[in-house]
Amino acid sequence: MELFKIFFCFFEIGLFSFGGGYAAVPLIQSMVVERYHWLTVSEFINLITIAEMTPGPIVINAATFVGMKIDGFLEAVVSTLGSVVPSLIIVLLLSWLYKKYKELDIVKRILKRIRPLVVAMILSAGFSILVMALFKVNDYRNINLDNIQVIEIVIFVASLFLMRRYKVNPIMIIFGSGLVGTLSYVLFAMI
Amino acid sequence: MSKTLDNTYWILFKSMFVISMSTFGGGFVIITLMQKKFCDELQWIDKDEILNITALAQSAPGSLAVNASILFGYQLKGIKGSLVAMLATILPPLFIITFISIFYSMFSDNKIVQIALKVMRSGVAAVIIDAALSLMKDVFKSKDLFNVLMMAVAFILSYFVKVDTVVLILLGLALAIGLELIQNRKVVKAHGVV
Repeated sequence: MELFKIFFCFFEIGLFSFGGGYAAVPLIQSMVVERYHWLTVSEFINLITIAEMTPGPIVINAATFVGMKIDGFLEAVVSTLGSVVPSLIIVLLLSWLYKKYKELDIVKRILKRIRPLVVAMILSAGFSILVMALFKVNDYRNINLDNIQVIEIVIFVASLFLMRRYKVNPIMIIFGSGLVGTLSYVLFAMI
Repeated sequence: MSKTLDNTYWILFKSMFVISMSTFGGGFVIITLMQKKFCDELQWIDKDEILNITALAQSAPGSLAVNASILFGYQLKGIKGSLVAMLATILPPLFIITFISIFYSMFSDNKIVQIALKVMRSGVAAVIIDAALSLMKDVFKSKDLFNVLMMAVAFILSYFVKVDTVVLILLGLALAIGLELIQNRKVVKAHGVV
């Protein structure tokens, strides 16, 4: 019975979390804290902290965390599956339509028109993370030049250079920047 | 024959698993990593198609990463491909969160872990901006003023006005369909039919 409840709770979250990411946070909170009382508010804040620290979509992170909290790994798997089943059904339908009609001229032209928009959104996501990395603020309006992070700037410039000039693998860059950055912080702290 | 087939599934699974494990910093990171792996490295799909997939993934409910993996898997190998790609995307966070929820206090209070995660963001930003620069170059190369304008306006709306990406995609779709209808009407008029 509990397993069904968990499954459908995350099914509902998966179905209504348009846009993913942090847009889903209030919905998750209202379901797991207010409606089902599976987490307390402070446990929910822990969850958001963990989600921010780990890879993967926030809805999946939340589903796994809540499942583990309720009982254990079985519940974690059920809640995680619940959160992706709506996507699976809707996106499979979308995939089928796309594959069937993508060669139609009209569909090609429409998709071609929205591609620059996707590029703009990728750039915008990059800028948001860059501002967060270099100035430790969530929004460009709060940028304070006194807070500029020197180690982060060096790593950013070096990473961009390595990728553009030497085509270094981005996954190496992500983990490499974590390693080199941490070592630099530790070294500077010792000096 | 069947061996090469199995191999595709295995490479798909392995690649998506590693990519999902590395997507610190939100959905768009996975798009850039997928582009590097599947367009540049394996050449399974072209850049335009990755952008189409992103637009479609963003217009359905659920997370961008999961939706993009389902769409991509389907283009490659139908329903089985979708399932393989999706599984490879959800397993890393499932395992990681399971592990962390057991050792939470050990993990969250660790200064080194916190520093590593903060400083990693500068590398993530570089990865996304690198991909965005390459994609922007293609838009400029198309020499289509409409495309360049669309990109500039979309960037301003997304970054400065903070318009939600789902709303942006839907607006863009509406605009593209509207333009298509206007153009068709012109063609019909010019030919004097209907």
